[in-house]
Amino acid sequence: MSPDIFKEGFRMEIIQYLGGALLIMGSLSLLIASIGLIRMPDVYNRVQTGTKASTLGAILSFLGIGLLSIENWSESNWIGRVIILIIFIIITNPVSSHILMRAAYVMKIPFTKDTKVDKLKEDIDNKVLEEPKDE
Amino acid sequence: MKIKNLSVSFVIIMAAWLLLNWSFKAEIIVVGLVLSLLLSLLFCSKCQLFSEIKLTPKAFFYTLIYIFVFLIELIKANIDVTKRILSPTLPINPGVVKVETTLNSKMARLILANSITLTPGTFTIEIHENALYIHWIDVKYSDVNQATEILVRKFETYLKEIYD
Repeated sequence: MSPDIFKEGFRMEIIQYLGGALLIMGSLSLLIASIGLIRMPDVYNRVQTGTKASTLGAILSFLGIGLLSIENWSESNWIGRVIILIIFIIITNPVSSHILMRAAYVMKIPFTKDTKVDKLKEDIDNKVLEEPKDE
Repeated sequence: MKIKNLSVSFVIIMAAWLLLNWSFKAEIIVVGLVLSLLLSLLFCSKCQLFSEIKLTPKAFFYTLIYIFVFLIELIKANIDVTKRILSPTLPINPGVVKVETTLNSKMARLILANSITLTPGTFTIEIHENALYIHWIDVKYSDVNQATEILVRKFETYLKEIYD
């Protein structure tokens, strides 16, 4: 990347606006996730909304911060760190939420009344697999 | 398979180093090369983590497609969840369904389970042999085959090309 491309002020401005827009979208995503945490009926649905919306919210916010931090393209080193952060979030967020969900299941926290099927319980009853245990 | 393990971990550490520094001066690249060689020798000379990846151009191509498909699914997941949260009637229809995968490699299964967790309304609870138990926020099919078709197939075709 040659620094000359971004010397014109209006291109800088476009990047700033783009960063701001991404930041706002990320915050909205996180807001929706927190509304979901209140509205959902049981712990399983809460974990669902919490994971998905907060993953995208964090990704968008980080991208926005990365773009806003660009002042001189050749010297800015935030964007690479932001990419690493995003990769780590994509890898670790589902794993930690899966552990939460599984722990809830092991502790036999009840499902909401609307729940249609529970194949895991059926298979435990039919001795297809052992009951998941606290490890 | 030791060489493959070492080279994959070397490339990953080197990429992380370059992204962290975001500069391509000679001294930084040399330090990075030495460090990533040392680290991959120290930590990955015995690990089995990367031994199942195929290192062919085709696999690389499918990795790129997979990342693209995954990002689209992530955005779709969020639009879907947003609609459900903001609609006044709270249209959910949750349940736990069972799906089956034909992937054998552990790494591929990990990626499959993580991808399912981040896509529309589905969440992996438990893996047992070939079966994945998935909490689905809007159960359309409780039958194993139909659920597998709709939830797993879109990722599995790509992952099969990348892993053995």
